[in-house]
Amino acid sequence: MSKKRGKQTYVFENDVYIKNTSTIAGPLEGKGNFGEYYDQVLENDSWGCKSYEKTEIKMRKNVIENLLRAEDITEFDLDCIMGGDLLNQIVPTAFSTREFETPYIGMYEACSTFGECLAVGAMLVDGGFMTKVLCSTSSHYGTAERQYRMPLELGSQPAPASQWTVTGTGAVLLTNEGTNQPKIKSATIGKIVDLGIVDPSNMGAAMAPAATDTITTHLRDMNRTPDYYDMIVTGDLGKYGRDLLHFLAGEEGYELADVLNDCGCMIYNDKQKATQGGSGAGCSCLVFSSYFYKEMMRGSFKKILLVPTGALLSKLSSLQGESIPGVAHAIDIEM
Amino acid sequence: MMNKEEYKKHVSKTCPKTKELRTMILAFLVGGTICMIGEGFNDLYTEVIPTFNSIQVSQLVTITMIFLGSLFTALGLYDKLGRHAGAGSIIPITGFANSVVSPAVEFNREGLFYGIMSNMFVVAGPVIVSGVAWSVIVGIIYFIIGAV
Repeated sequence: MSKKRGKQTYVFENDVYIKNTSTIAGPLEGKGNFGEYYDQVLENDSWGCKSYEKTEIKMRKNVIENLLRAEDITEFDLDCIMGGDLLNQIVPTAFSTREFETPYIGMYEACSTFGECLAVGAMLVDGGFMTKVLCSTSSHYGTAERQYRMPLELGSQPAPASQWTVTGTGAVLLTNEGTNQPKIKSATIGKIVDLGIVDPSNMGAAMAPAATDTITTHLRDMNRTPDYYDMIVTGDLGKYGRDLLHFLAGEEGYELADVLNDCGCMIYNDKQKATQGGSGAGCSCLVFSSYFYKEMMRGSFKKILLVPTGALLSKLSSLQGESIPGVAHAIDIEM
Repeated sequence: MMNKEEYKKHVSKTCPKTKELRTMILAFLVGGTICMIGEGFNDLYTEVIPTFNSIQVSQLVTITMIFLGSLFTALGLYDKLGRHAGAGSIIPITGFANSVVSPAVEFNREGLFYGIMSNMFVVAGPVIVSGVAWSVIVGIIYFIIGAV
């Protein structure tokens, strides 16, 4: 029987465990809502490196090493390291994976890269091609700001709909063998949806239609209602984007209010003034690998639908007047 | 799913807006304070260096304010001020200093030539180019009027 359900969803009949996770968070994130859930919190943004790019490389290298140590395996036991980040040529991912003698698959879909990695990683494990796949994505406030926006020290005011790029990284180990760990049961590969938003400081509005499309498609493909899940959690829509998703899904006949949340909204507390909330390729990866994974292991959540969201813009595309395409993938994770 | 026009209309209606009154009051207070400091230096230099005429004193004040804007940028404080003050700290000459020094600090790691020197004016460049271009146009108009 085909593993495909409906239009875009794939069901994993073989076990795909999320065997273990490891996280490193920036100082601001450490003071946020999930400080005690992170395995390691940096004391400052640079971590002794000469540039923030080098810091991001070091963070991702260390988070992978920490996960290997926690699992008592080596780089040679892994079939592949998969991952991505926000920078040109996904340099932090490639340069940190350079340190390991492990086959590498680089991924890029902006902030939804973590969803892309989990979906493809789960397919590789379910298909029997690989048995141990490590997925890890990262972002750093200092590196993303300079590539996409303005110099850090420039005294400009953040736009009211803007978000704060998360400094942090996480790593998860997907395996075909496990005991009581959460399993990836199905995944919906999202379409690129663009409803014509051109404002690069309003990425929540750019990504909400893609999240709506992926979530409603997933529910239709799997013949489920939203309350099947304990929580449907998007990647980094922010507060305004989450409201838009709620509105758009309502128009499609899905009431998400009771189950909907967003990693970007959850990561910082209200005092931290991160405008609409966190964003970045590290956002959903860090929040899932820390808070959600640990709470699933404790039994607080049984079934979650993780929907990392991405805004596929560049500085040049915005200057050329292009609208911002959004994408989202839905990963169904159950105990 | 909604079509593009409907969605754009909905977003422009519901999108979070800048709190204008608060922003304007803060900009007025901070901008005013910066200008007051400038005036303070003006009085000080007039008092301390009696041989300087008013043009020389105001040049000295400008240099002092540029220095202070650059210093507080390098200390990582000017961006924190700008986060609250907005236009209040952008419009005075200290803001112009900030827009030149902040990319210089940022691109320090890419080296002196292709880092600092080639990126120093990424923010201030448009202001300088349009300033020079307009002054040329105004100069030509003056020249023509003077000739007639």
